[in-house]
Amino acid sequence: MSDPVTRDPVTPVLAVTDLRVHLPASRIQVLDGISLDILPGETLCLVGESGSGKSVTSLATMGLLPKKALAIAGGSVRLEGEELVGASDARLRALRASRMAMIFQEPMTALNPVMPVGRQIEEVLKTHMHLSARERREKVLAMMEQVHLPNIERVYGSYPHQLSGGQRQRIMIAMALILDPKLLIADEPTTALDVTTQKQILKLIKEMQERMRTSVLFITHDMGVVADIADRVCVMHHGQMVETGAVADILRSPREDYTRRLLSAVPSLTPRPPRPDATREKVLTVSELAKTYAQRSLFGPKRETVAAEEVSFTLGRGRTLGIVGESGSGKSTVARCVMRLIDPTSGSIRLGTQEVSDLSPATLRPFRKRIQMIFQDPYRSLNPRINVGESIAEGPCNFGLPKAQALRRARELMTLVGLPEDAVERFPHQFSGGQRQRIAIARALAMEPDVLVADEAVSALDVSVQAQVLDLLADLQTRLGIAILFITHDLRVAAQICDDVVVMHKGRIVEHGTAEDVLARPRADYTRDLLAAAPGRHWDFANFRPLETAV
Amino acid sequence: MASSSHTDAGALPVARPRYIPNLAHLRFAPTVAGLCLLLIVLMAIFAPLIAPHDPIAMLPAQRLKPPSDTFLLGTDAYGRDLLSRLIYGARISLIVGLGVMVIAIAVGLPLGLLSGYFRTLDAILMRIMDGLMAIPSVLLAIAVVSLSGSSLLTVMIAITIPEVPRVVRLVRSVVLSARNEPYVEAAIAMGTRLPALLARHLMPNTYAPLIVQGTYICASAILTEAILSFLGAGIGTETPSWGNMISEGRMYFQLKPSLIFWPGVLLSICILSVNLIGDAARDLLDPRLKKRTGA
Amino acid sequence: MLAYTLRRILAAIPVMGVVALFVFLLLRLTPGDPAAIIAGDTATPAQLEAIRTSLGLDKPIPVQFATWIGQLAQGDLGTSLISKTPVTTLIGQRLGPTLSLALITMVLSILIAVPMGVLAAWKHGTLIDSLVMALCVLGFSVPVFVIGYLLIQVFAIQLRWFPVQGFSSIVNGLGPFSQRATLPAFTLASIYVALIARMTRASLLDVLGEDYIRTARAKGVAERKVLFRHALRNCAVPILTVIGTGFALLISGVVVTESVFNIPGLGRLIVDAVLARDYPVIQGLILLTSGIYVLINLLVDLSYSLLDPRIRY
Repeated sequence: MSDPVTRDPVTPVLAVTDLRVHLPASRIQVLDGISLDILPGETLCLVGESGSGKSVTSLATMGLLPKKALAIAGGSVRLEGEELVGASDARLRALRASRMAMIFQEPMTALNPVMPVGRQIEEVLKTHMHLSARERREKVLAMMEQVHLPNIERVYGSYPHQLSGGQRQRIMIAMALILDPKLLIADEPTTALDVTTQKQILKLIKEMQERMRTSVLFITHDMGVVADIADRVCVMHHGQMVETGAVADILRSPREDYTRRLLSAVPSLTPRPPRPDATREKVLTVSELAKTYAQRSLFGPKRETVAAEEVSFTLGRGRTLGIVGESGSGKSTVARCVMRLIDPTSGSIRLGTQEVSDLSPATLRPFRKRIQMIFQDPYRSLNPRINVGESIAEGPCNFGLPKAQALRRARELMTLVGLPEDAVERFPHQFSGGQRQRIAIARALAMEPDVLVADEAVSALDVSVQAQVLDLLADLQTRLGIAILFITHDLRVAAQICDDVVVMHKGRIVEHGTAEDVLARPRADYTRDLLAAAPGRHWDFANFRPLETAV
Repeated sequence: MASSSHTDAGALPVARPRYIPNLAHLRFAPTVAGLCLLLIVLMAIFAPLIAPHDPIAMLPAQRLKPPSDTFLLGTDAYGRDLLSRLIYGARISLIVGLGVMVIAIAVGLPLGLLSGYFRTLDAILMRIMDGLMAIPSVLLAIAVVSLSGSSLLTVMIAITIPEVPRVVRLVRSVVLSARNEPYVEAAIAMGTRLPALLARHLMPNTYAPLIVQGTYICASAILTEAILSFLGAGIGTETPSWGNMISEGRMYFQLKPSLIFWPGVLLSICILSVNLIGDAARDLLDPRLKKRTGA
Repeated sequence: MLAYTLRRILAAIPVMGVVALFVFLLLRLTPGDPAAIIAGDTATPAQLEAIRTSLGLDKPIPVQFATWIGQLAQGDLGTSLISKTPVTTLIGQRLGPTLSLALITMVLSILIAVPMGVLAAWKHGTLIDSLVMALCVLGFSVPVFVIGYLLIQVFAIQLRWFPVQGFSSIVNGLGPFSQRATLPAFTLASIYVALIARMTRASLLDVLGEDYIRTARAKGVAERKVLFRHALRNCAVPILTVIGTGFALLISGVVVTESVFNIPGLGRLIVDAVLARDYPVIQGLILLTSGIYVLINLLVDLSYSLLDPRIRY
């Protein structure tokens, strides 16, 4: 993607050969023979799903594997020719930040909460150089300028919690690059950020890399990001290398089956073809919904936070409406209001023709079965102490179905969501994340609801599992005619499953229309920004070719 | 929320290292503690069979005798057999420890559950609990005993009162955090009524922390009972309890240190064993609890 | 910050209110005639009548409460039934020894416990760690008076380094004071040290697993500096909290320690009052100690903002 790197026999900045990492207690292999090279100025993307060992590779390189828990069992890691496996702690410390540096996924937890960020950058200089206090401060401020932080004098003395996620990641980058290291390891540095912020951070990394000719080892699970920034790609799976090659080769003509499957699972940004709105029957009507959180204070002024305002939409039987937005857009607030898990401040929510926004808990109860929810975190959405059958039967039993009948129904539902019938006798911890999400769907369906609210229901899943769960939802919808309110931050997912899309920003709806109109011909500026920031939007992953019709 | 989508991507496939129990130190201590406690329990149950003498029979001619064949550990200032009194003393400590634990949980668990669920009740209840916790427990207990008399039951109630707020707070904090779990919200969305919600989804979360906290309460109750007796505000002095024995032995401790040495040692071993079992239960049941109990 | 301080002080008022109400109701709700309870079984009717008048027990309960609160507001804790001296005077006479002992113990405990906890966390999983943890469990388990008599036996009776019992006020010179305060202070410190050291170790281990510790290591910062500059600062809040709440344990310990070492402080005052059923004195002392506890925890609360910038008002 950047200018072609000299392919002469230059020494690679980082050369990992046959790296093996295991758990010393059980000798279970976590990394099994990883080999990779990074040339000067090059960006190598390490791609894989969760548990593939990509983070372990980066930590092993930095010498930061958690002591006692993980240990290098063999192989070699060379930084500019210098062997790091077996190097002394002191030597590794001297190399960190000066020759190789690292930025992490979660910039909030990666910064010390009780130390001003300026001093945290300065600490790098204190550790590795002998400079006067003034020189250090000037150098830090200059670096903060370079990563385009606003108001650097003020930010210097700020604490991490006073900065935004993007600003915190800029601080991390400044800290990593202030000594001009040869290698920057970025471990999912934009995963915790919104797409628009992600775009800016990716741009910054590219800019810094070009200015300093840093090599970048970029770890990610997101194929879109890979398509945008990688020179070369290395695909990992279960602690092993699957394949490695130039980005264009991998995306166009993957050799390995696993890579092919991984790419095919990436949802396309092209919206699904519109379906006719057959029945015109509205199962959910929300109008002028608002939720404000008032913080009462005895002495200070009363503070109000608007989480959602003037939100109106309708959902027809058998249709899917997506609510799309970044964090803090109010999309989850709307979902929880609709479920009456929280009480809306004002506005109306109608299930069919029944107004439910002002019902008391007792009068609301009969209508609960008409709307059910699937949650984001599959590991927390099932009660760990109750077996799957009991969890599913609970709802119908609450509404008077005999226990035995409810349990029989639970078995049928297992088949419906693609799990074996005897799964009802097992406990949640015996299932994977994707399977648990299937169980959560079965639990919701047991109530035979008109509306299913899915709050980021596939966001915590790996991309291949994500595709399966999305297929399941679409399939169930055609068979059962259920309406889905689908909350997501991911435009690709929205494009795959939604008939209509509502885009939310700062608590308000900024655009509302059919998926095709909103995603292919956006009218609002914000929607355009959002689409422009979607990583890999010029690439059609599933068909291994670039998109001709770029937005 | 949207942003934390892929937190488990690339997560290390291992538990945090410090929770891996160190076999060498951990298994040994609770085993020994369990055996010690078992011995004390057996001693308490079979006291009438083991004790060589009547623990309350005074023999004025035999005051402060050194150990002999008849009196294996000697006699106290009233001529009572020290060993027999030690054996019977185990009964009081264990009854108080277990009794206080049961009462404190029986009272604290429902209060904590309701407090964690109903906000208005919570506001009132927590003020009361804060107030009770502000009174140093020993002072509170001796005030109660001095007013209500020194029966076994009043002593137990006096010790229980300051323990209840701790149980309430623990249960409440567990309920508050469990309430936000998606599976609890799913149950609400499925129309589960409050009693079932509490019993099925919320209360089971409190069992592990309560078992751990219960053992600590047991240890602390045994300790407080001894302190009350030592200060002369415990169970009537004629009852053989380890605290009473130390209290009576104080006068003679320069003359005959064993009068307070033996009950002191037994008391310490008993409390130590209960505490160690509590630590082991915590490591086993709920590693996250370490933070809350500060261990 | 000012608004927050005011709010915290206001929040402390209902807590003290509950304490006052509890202390007040304790005597009135105990089954039986309060006057008879206080006077004991051998009291004459005249004595009972005198107690009733002195405590105002002949009036309706709400009136009693109002009068009592009114007196409290003026700093009047009532009059001792035995010595007929105002309770405030009695407390004033006995405050010195207790206060000096408690303060010294607090400082001593923190100086011993924090380094102990840090050491254990730093050497986590080693013999040193196990040793510190074992000492902590012992500190929790061995009753204060057993430790007291043990120290007396070894250091006063066998080694003769310190006097067996008694107390010398700090105004009579530092030498005699430290001679007589050393053993009580170490006795009293045992449980407090255990409490603080355990919390220090636990929260330090927790913090050492945080992401920003990994960041510091990724910067090449030496382990020692990671521990002190990054980890320990972040443990300040939980450690301070346990110092505050542990104060209640310290007070219970004072009562016992003063009895063991024959120190004429508040602890002895309350034991004597309990044995003599001198209820006004008991009441006054409970109010006083609870007040100090609430005050200390208020200060702890207010200091959070200095230690953790995330805590905003």
